[in-house]
Amino acid sequence: MPYPPPLPVPLPAKALPFRQRLAALARPAAPVRQGAITFGLAELDGWLGGGLLRGALHEVFAAGQADVAAATGFAALLALRAARQRRILWVRQDFLDGPTGQLHPPGLAALGLNPALVVLVRAGDVMGVLRAAGEAARCGGLGAVLVEPWGEAPQIDHTAGRRLSLAAAESGVPVLMLRVAATPTASVAASRWSVEALPSRPLPANAPGPPAFTASLLRHRGGAAGATWHLEWDHDRHCFQSYDAAPLPRAVVPVPAGRAAGPAPAGSWRRAG
Amino acid sequence: MVLVERARGTRRVFAVDRRAAALGAAPGQTLAEVQARIAPLAVLAADREADAAFLTWLAGRCERFTPLVALAPPDGLMLDITGCAHLFHGEAGLRAALHGRLGLSLRDSIAGTPDAARALARFGPSHLEAPRFGPAEDVAALPVAALEAEPATTRALLRAGLKTIGDLAARPAGALTARFGAGPARRLARILGWEDTRIVPHRLPDGCTVERHFPEPLVQAQAVEAVLAELITALTTLLAQRGAGGRGFEASLFRSDGKLRRILVETGRPSRDAGAILRLFALRIAALNEPIDAGFGIETVRLATTHTETLAPLQPELDGGSGEGTEVAELIDRLVARLGRDRVLRFAARDSHIPERAARVVPAQLPSALAARAWTAPPGPPARPLRLFDPPEPIETLAEVPDGTPLRFRWRRALHEVARAEGPERIAPEWWRTAGEATRDYYRLEDREGRRFWVFRDGLHGVDGAAPCWFLHGLFA
Repeated sequence: MPYPPPLPVPLPAKALPFRQRLAALARPAAPVRQGAITFGLAELDGWLGGGLLRGALHEVFAAGQADVAAATGFAALLALRAARQRRILWVRQDFLDGPTGQLHPPGLAALGLNPALVVLVRAGDVMGVLRAAGEAARCGGLGAVLVEPWGEAPQIDHTAGRRLSLAAAESGVPVLMLRVAATPTASVAASRWSVEALPSRPLPANAPGPPAFTASLLRHRGGAAGATWHLEWDHDRHCFQSYDAAPLPRAVVPVPAGRAAGPAPAGSWRRAG
Repeated sequence: MVLVERARGTRRVFAVDRRAAALGAAPGQTLAEVQARIAPLAVLAADREADAAFLTWLAGRCERFTPLVALAPPDGLMLDITGCAHLFHGEAGLRAALHGRLGLSLRDSIAGTPDAARALARFGPSHLEAPRFGPAEDVAALPVAALEAEPATTRALLRAGLKTIGDLAARPAGALTARFGAGPARRLARILGWEDTRIVPHRLPDGCTVERHFPEPLVQAQAVEAVLAELITALTTLLAQRGAGGRGFEASLFRSDGKLRRILVETGRPSRDAGAILRLFALRIAALNEPIDAGFGIETVRLATTHTETLAPLQPELDGGSGEGTEVAELIDRLVARLGRDRVLRFAARDSHIPERAARVVPAQLPSALAARAWTAPPGPPARPLRLFDPPEPIETLAEVPDGTPLRFRWRRALHEVARAEGPERIAPEWWRTAGEATRDYYRLEDREGRRFWVFRDGLHGVDGAAPCWFLHGLFA
């Protein structure tokens, strides 16, 4: 599969020693940690050392097949906090509309994300998604890039991840990869989250309350991982707030009634049609 | 050979070739009549759509002679050659080039007005030889049928002894109008050149066009991009002089075997940035399903704007950047060039309470004024889901009372126990739509694991007899 050349790297003349040429190719190892993406929750931001790296790739996994909406909400809200009223490019794979539903703009508006800021790009397959995302990640004028491929795609490998990371580091645009129906594996992402739905704070008459998530930090480059937070979205202040529990030092899975303890399986998704 | 088509139960001759015409066949006769007269006869079915497609294709090929080409269906083309003839060493040279290039047997004429040219070409004497270029006596000698009026009108004129256009021209126009209405009189005036009209071109040329002809046809498709780069530079200079920017650019590649290939790129805002336009063309060419084929060589490359807008010169910002809006607009253009217009989208609100009609997507390149309706959301927890299923997915529910809130439901073979619920929110169908839509009662449900769903009951209990169905319409974050 042809892949577009990532970035025009000015190669020095062939006469230069190999080591020197290699040095020219190498990127700065740690990009500038400026304007980190914060959650608006002091404990969580403190744990992350000030927030998530802005120009980097972050992955958000849906913990189970029914947690797609929770993971979408978490990623969208993260993009909203990262974008600071700039445009958000959302790349989706066509196949997603069937099993996980379409993106519903009034729902985005209800979370506080203005749908007018969103540019929706539809791609036919995973390669198309990655190409469009790579193109977008190089555009410094965007607020955030949300990439939503479907399933366990072997195309999303270390090379693809590194490509996106480099493009993000260069332009300073956060790239959020939303993975549904996929199990978290090792990758080059700066952080990896697994998101699960959390019973919300009940409103009067036992009505469902504001969006709530159980977010587990599976990996955090240059920081400690393996923690779980219970978060609730505060619509008025546009930030996350702690709900029901303080930040826990270790991975803790809430044990609701009628379900076994332990991490929820990724679910048996079947591609039909 | 004759072409036939079925009309009113019989097969009638639609067109005849030259040899059949010499043997007495004519359009309008029945097939049986012609077959009785001519023994070995090839009969084919007429295909009007193919004829129309061929005419359009021919119009494209004639664009090398003049930018103003109009279709004159079913079988004619009208070329406005004002100011073009000298490029072919006069009108005779243009005619010769036309005949040589198209390689068809044509009936053509050149005249001062479109209607006179049409009348001369269709009804003039000795069509297949070079006519003299429409002087008054030629026009006057045309039969009255050249008015192309109703058959009854033509018959009435002939019965009155008026056989030629000249006869009609000698009479006062008022009498003709009084007898046959304004149509034939106006047509007469146009044929005689008393009244002038303009043709409506098949493709309206926009202001800016640059082209390059090659004495030796270009046989390497790779060279096209280099030629385009040159043309784009020339075009952007032209645009800058006019203070305009193009929203669409079309490259036409004329091949020496008559094939024509058009490549179109569009931008979200007016542009005259040569580098950006060239990049869009490169992306578009790379994404073509059918790569550029030079065939026997490309003779002419033309680059034209399809749509221009005023573009004031911009002062670059001090830090050398060109602003976030521009960057994003350029990104959108690149993605459109690569993926297509219907894959890079923007949300637009619609005035409807029916959830699946509350929003639609429009191409992101369209100006945002078209999507001016603002998005509103009431405070509090989201009332609309983040993900919406279209069509809604059927679920099985269990409730305490028939029209109450569900206690548990089964969706995609998984059972969900409802822990919290809110509803109903009743959404009535839009009465101006006739389709049998039912009133929906929406509920926000949360199961014991904390997943939030949007389900509805399609219809009311006790109205139609059968119990209404339940559907899951969306998922909340």
